[in-house]
Amino acid sequence: MSAAGSGRSDKAKFLGVSVTRLEDPPLVTGKGCFAADVSFPHQLHMRIVRSGLAHARIKSIDVSEARAVPGVFAVWTAADIPDIPPINLREGPNETLAPYLQWLLAKNRVRYVGDPVAAVFAEDSYLAEDAADLVALDMEELSPLLSANESPGEFEPGHTTEPSVMRKGYGDVDAAFRVAHTVVEMELWIGRHSGVPLETRGAIARYDVGRDVLELHGAAKVPHRNREAIARMLGRSINSVHLIEGHVGGGFGVRGELYPEDVLVCLAALRLGRPVKWIEDRREHLMAANHSRQQYHRVRAAVAADGQVLAIDDEFFHDQGAYVRTHGMRVMDNTVGTLPGSYRIPALRTVGHFRLTNKTPAATYRSPGQYEGTFVRERLFDVISAKLGMNPIELRRRNLISPTEMPFKRQLNILGEDVVYDSGDYEGQLDKALAAIGWDELQVELKRRRAAGEAVGAGIAMMVEKTGLGPTDGVRISVDTTGAVEVVTGSASVGQGVETVIAQICAEALGVDYKRIRVVHGRTDRIEYGIGAHASRATVMTGSATHIAATKLRAKAIEMAAELMQAPVDALDIVDGNIVRTDMIAGPSITLGEIAANLVPTSKMLGGREPGLSADGWSHVDHMCYPYGTNLAVVRVDRETGQVIIERYLLAYDIGRAVNPMLIRGQIVGGFAQGLGGALLEEFLYDENGEPLSVTFADYLMPTAREVPQIEVLLLEDAPSPLNPLGVKGAGEAGITGVGAAIAAAIGDAIGMPGAVTRLPITPQRLKAILAQKHECSVPATTSFSEFSKV
Amino acid sequence: MTDKIEIALTVNGRTYAVRTEARRTLADVIREDCGLTGTHTGCEHGVCGACTVIVDGEPVRSCLMFAVQAEGKIIRTVEGLAKGNELHPLQRAFIEHHGLQCGFCTPGFLMLATAALENGLEIDDDKLIDVLSSNLCRCTGYENIIKAVRAAADEMRGQR
Repeated sequence: MSAAGSGRSDKAKFLGVSVTRLEDPPLVTGKGCFAADVSFPHQLHMRIVRSGLAHARIKSIDVSEARAVPGVFAVWTAADIPDIPPINLREGPNETLAPYLQWLLAKNRVRYVGDPVAAVFAEDSYLAEDAADLVALDMEELSPLLSANESPGEFEPGHTTEPSVMRKGYGDVDAAFRVAHTVVEMELWIGRHSGVPLETRGAIARYDVGRDVLELHGAAKVPHRNREAIARMLGRSINSVHLIEGHVGGGFGVRGELYPEDVLVCLAALRLGRPVKWIEDRREHLMAANHSRQQYHRVRAAVAADGQVLAIDDEFFHDQGAYVRTHGMRVMDNTVGTLPGSYRIPALRTVGHFRLTNKTPAATYRSPGQYEGTFVRERLFDVISAKLGMNPIELRRRNLISPTEMPFKRQLNILGEDVVYDSGDYEGQLDKALAAIGWDELQVELKRRRAAGEAVGAGIAMMVEKTGLGPTDGVRISVDTTGAVEVVTGSASVGQGVETVIAQICAEALGVDYKRIRVVHGRTDRIEYGIGAHASRATVMTGSATHIAATKLRAKAIEMAAELMQAPVDALDIVDGNIVRTDMIAGPSITLGEIAANLVPTSKMLGGREPGLSADGWSHVDHMCYPYGTNLAVVRVDRETGQVIIERYLLAYDIGRAVNPMLIRGQIVGGFAQGLGGALLEEFLYDENGEPLSVTFADYLMPTAREVPQIEVLLLEDAPSPLNPLGVKGAGEAGITGVGAAIAAAIGDAIGMPGAVTRLPITPQRLKAILAQKHECSVPATTSFSEFSKV
Repeated sequence: MTDKIEIALTVNGRTYAVRTEARRTLADVIREDCGLTGTHTGCEHGVCGACTVIVDGEPVRSCLMFAVQAEGKIIRTVEGLAKGNELHPLQRAFIEHHGLQCGFCTPGFLMLATAALENGLEIDDDKLIDVLSSNLCRCTGYENIIKAVRAAADEMRGQR
C-alpha cells in the first residue's frame, strides 16, 4: 500500500476503530439544523393542493376564493407555469419514458390521490393550509387502474400504461428447460412499501438578486445532480444555482430525489421575490414521496437431478405508480441484476413489465431491486429443495460460485455496468454463519419443540449486493495555518455517519486526530462535482478519493518539512498533526499548521511549489464491488393469531474492510429493522377506488422497539475488494436485503410448508389464511430442515 | 380561532411571552415562537413521539397539545438537558452507544427516557422496551437506543 501505511508504531490508528461520531454532539443537544429548522426573513409558506381522486380529468380549478384570503400571496395551477418542463430522468432524456414524466402541477388529468394540482403561497403555514382548502377542483372521475399485472390501460391517447418491457438475460434457457430433471414454478408478490424517514421532506428556496444566485436548502442524497436538473428546468446557468444540505432525518433512497415541490419552491422564490418554505406533513409524505418494491413475479427454474439450477426464467410486473420519476426503470434493472445472486445459474431469462397504475409513483428504497430479487431467488431455492427432497443448505452449496471462479463475470449489464463479482468466498461464509448460530444443535432443538407442538423453524437466505456505484468521485483536502483539516466532498449525509467515516480515512492516511477534521458534504457551492450518497457508495468512492488525497497531502507536507527540518524525507512521519523524525526518540518536530504557513502564496519558503497545503484526490472504478451475506432466521408462529415472533436472526456479512465496525453494525441492525417492516408489517394499501388506506402511522405500521429483536451480526473481512485502495465495500444495504427472504423461509419451516409464503408482508391475516389452506397447498408440506440428514 | 392570545410559556426555566392563535400546537410554538428547534415534528398525529417534551414532569407529545394549554406549566425540552457544556448522562450514553444515526428522533427519545428515569422506572428490560416502544426510530433498529438508556440508568442510579 501507500507510504501512509508506514510510520511510527505509537501512531494512533483510526481505520477499523469504533470511534464515536463527529455528528452526534449537535444532534443530542437539539442544535441540529434539519429542513424545517431553516427559515429566512419574509419567507412565504407553500401548501400543495392535492388530488383526492385516483384518476380524473380536471375540468376546472377555481382559485379565486383562496387568492382573496388576506396574507395569501399567490396561488398557482399548471396554467400559471406553462413554461416549466416535467421532471426528467436523472440519467438524461429517454424518448420512450418521456410521455410519462410528472409535471410540477397536474395538467388535464390527475393520476393518483396526492397528485399536486395547485400551490398556495402565504405568509403563514397555517394560513396557507386554510387557503388550500378553499381551492375548488371540478373533476370528472375516471376509472382507476390499480394492478400492474392486469392488462395495460390507456395512459393518454397513443400511450398505454406499459411504457416499456425490459428483456435481459444470457445463456440458452430453452435448452436448459428441455434437459431439466425438475421444473419448479412459483408466483411471488412483494408488497408496496418504502423508506419513510422520520423527518418528512422539506425545501426552502431563496433568490439573492444581488449575486443572482438561487439557493435550495433541505437538499439531500444527490445535491449536485439535482442542481443541474433544477438549473436546466428553470433555464439558469448551473453555477447560479446552489443546493445546501443541512441535517437530514433519514434518506433510505426516498429523500433527496427531485420532486415537484423542490422545483416549485425554487420557481416561486424567483417569481414571487420572497424566500419560500415548504415542509411536508406526514399524510402528504405517505401519499407523495416515492413508494417502492411492489412487484409480481412468475418465475420458474430448470433443475438437474443433482440440484444444480440450470436456468431461471422470470416474467415480472413492476408497479411504478402514476408517473415515471427520476430513476426510470432502474429498480427493475437492479431486480434482474440481483436475481442470480451467489449462484452460478448458467442461463437466465427475464421479462420485466414496467407498468403504470393510479398510485403514488415509485422509485428506489434502500436495497432497491435487491430486496425483491433476493426474495424471489431464495423462495425459489426453498421450493426446489422441497421438490427434490434435498436439504436447502445442501442445494445452495451445490450452486454457490466458488472462490476459484473469482472474479466472476456474468453476461449481464446492469445500471450500465457489466456484472463482475470482484471477490468472495460464499461457501466459507455459509460455514461460518452455520457454526456461529450452532445450526446442527439448533435443528435438533427445533425438531424437539415441533414434536412438542410448537410451530418453530429456521430459514436461510444468501445474497450478493452491488455497492460502491461509480464511476468517479473527488475530494479536496486542505490544512489551514492553525493545523485544522478540511475535507470537501461531493458526498451527502443521510444520517449514516459519513462525516466520521471520511474523517477516519483521512486521519489514518494523514496522521492527525479524526476530531480535528471537518468534513464538508452536500454543498454545491464548495465543490463543483459530486454524486452524493446512494447505492452504498460513500465509503467506497468518497472514502477512496479521500485516502488518495490525504496520501498526496501527506507527501507534500513531508517534502516541505524535510527542507525546513533539514531531514531526509524517509526519516519523517506525521503523528497527531506533527511532523516528527522517526529515527530519534525526542527529535525536533513541526506542526502541520506551520507547514501550511510556510506554503502560503507569499511565503519565502515556497520555492517552486504550488501554494497551499492542500491536495485533490480522485477515485475511479469500472465496476462495482460486491459484498455478500448469509441470513439465518429462527421464528415461532402463533397459530392462533398468525403472529410471527423472531427468536434469533444472524447476518454474516463480508464488508471487505471495516472502517468503523460500530457504525457498520448500526447500519446492519437498522437495515434489518426496516427489512423486518417490509417482511411483516409495512404496506401501502388502496381501496378499489384507489383511495390510499395507509396515510397515517396508525395504518402504515413501522416496527417499534417491541417488534425488533436483538440480532447477531457476524462482520467478516475475508474478501477485501481489489477495486479500491482500502479494500472496502459498501454496508448501507446489508441489513435489509435478505430479511424478507429469510423470514419467509423460517415461517415455511415452522409450519411445515416450505413454499407457502409467497407474498410480503406476511401479515397475521395472510399467515392465518395459509394455515387454513394447509391441506390444499401445492408444495409438499412435509419437508423441513431437520428431516434431512445432517448438512 | 385565528385571533391571537397572549400567553407566557415557561420552557427550560425561561419565560417566553408569546402571542399565538389558540389553534397552534405546543410543538409549533416551542419551535417557531421560542426558537427551540430541537423539538421535532415527525407525524403531527401523536404516533412517532419525535416531538416529546416534558410538561410538569410527564412526557407529552407536543404536537397533540395546544400551546395555550401549556400556560403555567413547567416545560422542558432537549435544549435544557445539558448543564452548560456538561452533557446529561443520557446524551453521553446515546453518543457512546451509537444510539442515533440521523438524529431526528433523538430529542424525543431523550425526553421520553429522561421522564421515565426521573419518574423512577425500574429498568427491567421488558418495562424499558415497553416505554421505548412509544416512539419511532427509522435508523437504528432500537438496539443501541435500549443499550444507551440502560447505561444511563445505571449511571444515574449510581449517582443517587
